[in-house]
Amino acid sequence: MSMHRGRQITLHQMNIGQTGTVVTILGGRRLMQRLEGLGIRPGKKVTKITSSPFHGPVTLRVNNTQIAVGFGMANRIVVQLDRYLHGDTITR
Amino acid sequence: MTHILLVGNPNVGKSALFSRITGTRIVASNYPGTTVGFTRGYFKSGEERVQVTDVPGTYTLEPTSKAEEVAVEMLKDGDLVINVIDATNLERNLNLTLQLLKRQIPVIIALNMWDDTRHRGINIDVARLEELLGVPIVPTVGVTGQGIKELVRRFPEASVPKTTYSGSDERWAKIGNIVKQVQSLSHRHHTWYDHLEDASNDRIGGIFIALLVLSASFWFVRFVGEGIISHIAEPLFEWLWTPLLMKLSLVLGSGGFWHNILIGKLINGQVDYSQSFGLLSTGLYIPLGAVLPYIVSFYLVLGILEDVGYLPRLAILMDTLMHKLGLHGYAIIPTILGLGCNVPGIMATRILESRRERFIAATLISIGIPCAALQAMIIGLVGQHGWQYVAMVYGSLFVSWLIIGFILNHTVRGFSPEILVEIPPYRLPLLQTIAEKLWLRISGFIREALPVVLVTVLVINILYIIGIFNSIANAAAPVLTNLLGLPKETIVALVVGFLRKDVAIGMLAPLALTSKQLVISSTVLAMFFPCAATFVILARELGARDTVKAAGIMIAAALTMGSLQNLIL
Repeated sequence: MSMHRGRQITLHQMNIGQTGTVVTILGGRRLMQRLEGLGIRPGKKVTKITSSPFHGPVTLRVNNTQIAVGFGMANRIVVQLDRYLHGDTITR
Repeated sequence: MTHILLVGNPNVGKSALFSRITGTRIVASNYPGTTVGFTRGYFKSGEERVQVTDVPGTYTLEPTSKAEEVAVEMLKDGDLVINVIDATNLERNLNLTLQLLKRQIPVIIALNMWDDTRHRGINIDVARLEELLGVPIVPTVGVTGQGIKELVRRFPEASVPKTTYSGSDERWAKIGNIVKQVQSLSHRHHTWYDHLEDASNDRIGGIFIALLVLSASFWFVRFVGEGIISHIAEPLFEWLWTPLLMKLSLVLGSGGFWHNILIGKLINGQVDYSQSFGLLSTGLYIPLGAVLPYIVSFYLVLGILEDVGYLPRLAILMDTLMHKLGLHGYAIIPTILGLGCNVPGIMATRILESRRERFIAATLISIGIPCAALQAMIIGLVGQHGWQYVAMVYGSLFVSWLIIGFILNHTVRGFSPEILVEIPPYRLPLLQTIAEKLWLRISGFIREALPVVLVTVLVINILYIIGIFNSIANAAAPVLTNLLGLPKETIVALVVGFLRKDVAIGMLAPLALTSKQLVISSTVLAMFFPCAATFVILARELGARDTVKAAGIMIAAALTMGSLQNLIL
């Protein structure tokens, strides 16, 4: 199961509606910079809103904005799930 | 002269503020990447003339796309920066602000979209924020103009504060600290926008909405376009303009050089707007009577889609398909702009990150995306023979677009990054901003297209009189008749297509082509070669070498598609 306490999974593996904290981004400086500009960086809470079939983008909520992240990038963003950590899902 | 720069994240309302400050109206929309070049405007501050530049949006001062490069480059020649911040998204916007504050340039902050903070349940302590950042901060609402006077009044207070942090970790820590001190959140209700957002996020719902939106848009464009033509444009030409032209015709002696240039040939003793081909007859009718109605209806729909915030959502749905063409979903935005006019479409490819993507996107737009003027003429001319023929033209263009994209994806070197884009919230567009934007685009069309159409018609007439077209037609006859099955006279239209494609399609009207020939010639004309204006922009955006490459692809693709149609149809 993907919902074990504290388990680290990629953004792509998250279920829709789950919230987690970004742990690390597996990528070069350029990718880090692009994501950081949009507010996605280690320590940040993100909620997955949708995924798309056929390797389409994942959309997530960071702060007050929705951001679409390509399939490959979504596989490189590692998050730690919030659920069961605090006994509640934090949505923001 | 003082030079002020409007700098901020994409889609925070810089263009709307620019229009408010300078009185110079420019296109502003609800999606990141509306402004890809820069626009200059001026206003008077006391006795001094101040220059204002609307800089493309950027998330950081370390550029990741061409549009962002343009932005960072422009920082070098500014005297003052208005940092435009989306008040509903303080944290991310402050990231750019802190980077700006380290530059040795005075900054003033416009805390924009201030009206949105209230119903989103966001409270910001502006005085405290001002204290923490050390620069003046004015809450503003760009689209209504609230706070603009105050902002302008406080320009002289702009300052370079002492900002200290090293590296991005420290910067984010500082931002976190600031946000904690100035912002508090209260509960808010789920609005109908949120429900709509949820629905279009849903997989099935998203596709359903997309189909609904696209078919409704297409229907609306046609319905309104046709409506304007048959109820306004045609009556005006027929009842007002024709009698005047007939009088002029008499004055000119019903024939001769000037008659041919100004009025053209009389058909059965009457002006025929599709066949006379004089400057004042067909030369005015094509842009104003046949094309303008569709320009109005297309840009009305586009403006609404842009301001509602729908386009980025369409981009996400299209992402997988666009990957097959070496692009990502956001390339759908330049493509849709190209349906209006290829020039802004190709300019908008700057929102794409890599050179490879920009080459593919620009080439595909100039081959497979017919502009509104061309479409209006195709629908007008080919549509007379039946809708199935119009569908054949559109189908052929779409298939070419797909196949060429697929081939380019496998042959063009370089990399194509993935989509990474902020999806703006849905917004109810203001009637006034929609109307202003529409007017901006219509007047742009009249200003830029009308003179070119008139020159084109003039050139056609002069070339006819000199008799040069016959020699061109004879030289090209083998290719046209053998490969494409077209009479040699159509070459004249193809040549004119270099100048204006709408006029070129108009030239097909008197040729009495069969339905099949019309389909082939319209398709080849659409794909063959970009019009002069598009060509200039292609050359500027891609450079000489890639433009030659793109042109080669276009000619090869057009001839291939035309021959295939000739074989199959």
